[in-house]
Amino acid sequence: MSTLTEQLTREQLEQLWKSMCLAERLDTRIRAGIRRGEFATVIWPSRGQEAVSAGAALALREDDRLVTTYRGLHDHVAKGVPLTEIIGEVLGTSTGASRGKGGTMHIADPAHGVMMTTGIVGSGVPVGVGLALAAKKDGSDRVTVVSFGDGATNTGSFHEGVNLAATWKLPVVFLCQNNLYAEMTPVEETMAIDRVADRAKGVGMPGVTVDGNDPVATYNAVKDAVELARAGGGPTLVEAVTFRFEGHYAGDTGHYIPDEQLKRQKALDPMETFPRTLRDAGFTDADIEKIREDAGAEVEAAIKETVKAAPPTTEEITSDVYANGLVVSHE
Amino acid sequence: MSKTRKISIREAINEALDESLRTDPKVFLLGEDLADPAAGVNAVTRGLATAYGNDRVMNTPISEAAIIGAAIGAAFEGYKPVAEIMIMDFIGIAMDQIVNHAAKARYMSGGRTTCPITIRTSIFAGTGSGGTHSQSLEAWFMHVPGMKVVYPSNPADAKGLLLSAIEDPDPVLFIEASRLYGAKGEVPEGDGIRIPLGKADVKRQGSDVTIISWGLAMMTALAAAEVLASEGIEAEVLDMRTLLPLDMEAVIGSVSRTRRAVIAHNATVVAGPGAEIAAQIATKLFGELNAPVQRVGAKFTPIPSRASEAAVTLSVDDIVRAAKDTMGKQDNA
Ligand SMILES: Cc1ncc(C[n+]2csc(CCOP(=O)(O)OP(=O)(O)O)c2C)c(N)n1
Repeated sequence: MSTLTEQLTREQLEQLWKSMCLAERLDTRIRAGIRRGEFATVIWPSRGQEAVSAGAALALREDDRLVTTYRGLHDHVAKGVPLTEIIGEVLGTSTGASRGKGGTMHIADPAHGVMMTTGIVGSGVPVGVGLALAAKKDGSDRVTVVSFGDGATNTGSFHEGVNLAATWKLPVVFLCQNNLYAEMTPVEETMAIDRVADRAKGVGMPGVTVDGNDPVATYNAVKDAVELARAGGGPTLVEAVTFRFEGHYAGDTGHYIPDEQLKRQKALDPMETFPRTLRDAGFTDADIEKIREDAGAEVEAAIKETVKAAPPTTEEITSDVYANGLVVSHE
Repeated sequence: MSKTRKISIREAINEALDESLRTDPKVFLLGEDLADPAAGVNAVTRGLATAYGNDRVMNTPISEAAIIGAAIGAAFEGYKPVAEIMIMDFIGIAMDQIVNHAAKARYMSGGRTTCPITIRTSIFAGTGSGGTHSQSLEAWFMHVPGMKVVYPSNPADAKGLLLSAIEDPDPVLFIEASRLYGAKGEVPEGDGIRIPLGKADVKRQGSDVTIISWGLAMMTALAAAEVLASEGIEAEVLDMRTLLPLDMEAVIGSVSRTRRAVIAHNATVVAGPGAEIAAQIATKLFGELNAPVQRVGAKFTPIPSRASEAAVTLSVDDIVRAAKDTMGKQDNA
């Protein structure tokens, strides 16, 4: 790991940590707000998976595309979606990415490349393939990353999508955030293979497994895949092995996660381990804490702004069903 | 008046696809077997891959979810994909992509993404293909906010509506009847001829009863109107052409004149498209109707083998009987 670290500049390391801190603070703050009755809403926590999205996003350009899932707040943050737009959708206010009409599971911000977030497991894969198809047709070298869980790789959509991408050699990176659970079911109960990355062989594309708790390792794996895709070499499946410390949704206690496993994973928590890497690279404890505190303050300010915002009007809620203001009614 | 010539629905759809590919570089086709020399089981896309290349007319694996998903992703980037689901019964595999993603993209992104895809599919009703290859499933999609549903009955409508569908900024399901592919009719010559979505058309004028129908069932409806005419009952036959949005103005306009309505479709009657139309007529014209609105269509069974298909599906007799019912005359036969 240390040799890989040496390849990154101080700015890049700082960017990784900042992205991780923002995601961790955002997730933790919204959950705390739900718990104490400050907001009535739903989120699917990504606590523990911050390093994956931070590492992946560092390998991307702003115009590269991302498709992600309900458990995607860390992906949204890393790809640059403004916090007020994320929180606005989570809380359903008019500052949200879709003026409060999408909800936590449906955040889109094309200006930063976030083209779709979906709550239907596996279904982002075919759409990501279409985004990559468009890039190829455009003659553009932009790349699409599709982010999803281990459970998603058991769906027909995943298999149909990756096969099409490999067959058409499309510029797409399939990023599996293997957090070892699909909802409440451990990964070993739902697949007969040890590595999700092995699924790549079946369609004829490269598949790699990487330590998803290490943002630098994830960055390097995704960077290789992105470079291959940009150069016309087709798709790659990157499996980033990580862990989800919280339950499936805010409110799920995660009672089905064995204590031993939790203890073992706590020792690998990227929010604890990455600061060691940063120290090795010359960051002081004060530098590291400053970034964490600034992230907390940024999240707090965004929440303050968003909580004050109005919910969408009735007119807003019934618009955008069709283009050109068409309203279909039975009346 | 532009000149016309007689061509089949298959040729009309091919011409619409040809015009779209030729005039709009953002249009491309994708689906199973589409490219030459196969050119699809319905032979609708014949010659297009030869003319425009395999990058514009793209053969896909048998992956209905991926076909629609790929169309959606490309549409997010400004393309106008025309995706084919070979036979409508296979559309269930792509249902998630259509209903959860294509239909809702605009809404859930507050207009930041839009999904101008066209999904062409064919209904094999009447070909003797049995329960998994003969269903008329248009009602499934009429239930989904964000979708548009088009089902033409003749070559001129097919061409004009398909061109409008491809240009439409919303996702459109464009339904073709396999048994109508060979049906010929007069179609205007040249490019640029459009029929707007959401507008019904009077295919036969009459003052006694309105028969409301679309797609394959229009053949049955027009035949029934002939039978009724021979018995002195003048039926107005309204071709809905677009099922979502429904042109209720046209329906209400016609029924408020005839005061009697029969809705005839190939889909099952139970919770079928006719239920929505009948309910709206009853709500808007309560007190003006001379008889309850009648609905006729398929029995609530899967479609059986070739030998028995006709026994469960819409017939000329069904429509004639229902129309006479609304006239207060019972069939003596
Ligand atoms: C098609 C579909 N089936 C079931 C669900 C319910 N569900 C929501 S999340 C989830 C588990 C997904 O696990 P995984 O893909 O590993 O993603 P993770 O939540 O771990 O990020 C399930 C089954 C769903 N949303 N969509």
